Amino acid sequence: MTATTETAAGSRGAQPPVPDGAVTVTVKIRRFNPEFDDEPRWDSFDIPALPSDRVLNLLHYIKWYVDGTLTFRRSCAHGICGSDAMRINGVNRLACKVLLKDLLQKGDKQTTITIEPIKGLPVNKDLLVDMEPFFEAFRAVKPYLVTYGNEPTRERIQSVADRERFDDTTKCILCACCTTSCPVYWTEGSYFGPAAIVNAHRFIFDSRDEGAEERLDILNDVDGVWRCRTTFNCTDACPRGIQVTKAIQEVKRALLFKRV
Amino acid sequence: MSLALDKPRQPRRPAARRSNGELYSWLFMRLSGLLLVILVLGHLFIMNILDGGIHRINFGFVAGRWASPFWQFWDLAMLWLAQIHGGNGVRTIINDYARKDTTRFWLKMLLYVSMVLIVSLGTFVIFTFDPNISN
Repeated sequence: MTATTETAAGSRGAQPPVPDGAVTVTVKIRRFNPEFDDEPRWDSFDIPALPSDRVLNLLHYIKWYVDGTLTFRRSCAHGICGSDAMRINGVNRLACKVLLKDLLQKGDKQTTITIEPIKGLPVNKDLLVDMEPFFEAFRAVKPYLVTYGNEPTRERIQSVADRERFDDTTKCILCACCTTSCPVYWTEGSYFGPAAIVNAHRFIFDSRDEGAEERLDILNDVDGVWRCRTTFNCTDACPRGIQVTKAIQEVKRALLFKRV
Repeated sequence: MSLALDKPRQPRRPAARRSNGELYSWLFMRLSGLLLVILVLGHLFIMNILDGGIHRINFGFVAGRWASPFWQFWDLAMLWLAQIHGGNGVRTIINDYARKDTTRFWLKMLLYVSMVLIVSLGTFVIFTFDPNISN
């Protein structure tokens, strides 16, 4: 491999012309290359950007025209797939849903945007983290329909009110913004984390599902819902606006009163 | 040691223990917290504000209070609830922040021993208090 770290060029050649109305912003990225670095380091880029740009556009600009070695995940780039969760100015957000105009400093002051990988998961490279511990907790709560007895010959019918009961938690896109904003998850990776509990909630309160008790048993454990300290970081971080802390509290209530 | 990739979908968590310990500890924190608000604020009011506050507190004042089973029970409840409530809070903090299992174990042992020591010493004093000790 002949990769160079010094003057790594972008992956798409020459920089495009700067559009009218562009401002220069400093993007400070916490980077880590396992082949060269022992410790993560900060790297700054001064780049032109429009106030209507998303933070993801800034990262694209850096990767395409300044430093092609910058590594991050993104797939749909429209807030649906949940690939580009990162810590932007200290809070977990999807890079494709944060607009630059909301981060600009007032007046003529230089704007600096800090971008870090989401916390609490092992960093593979730059902003790319190993999501496996996150998905492991997700799988552990059985996030699928559990039923017993004979399969009905017709569709499993559900009333509008029954569907409404868990509507909020169906919105989860598994981006890990909530779980990696949780201080309990940062220090102790064995906690299930908000995202796993949200996805358990989605099935526990589904009238068609019969596995509520198994899931509640799993979440009643030492690493389950009782570790939640209601910090509300998760609710604040969720790009889909899910009331995460409320969902966790509803699971606690179901455990407390043995009623779903 | 088997590679994590051998069975990538195999759950790595131990099966649920089906114990309600964490539930009861959570519930205890809420209930004891409510009781402590009344007990501690009442205690502070009597000791610091009522009838000249701290200036009237001396050996005789304490002896007079502990002559009544009501105040004995009040102080006993406050001691036990505060100690277990605080101890349980520190236990969750240790669980959250200790990185190694051995650190976690020894910190919790230290905590439990100190809790038992303080609760038993306090209980012992409340029940064996002798108002004529100066004689």
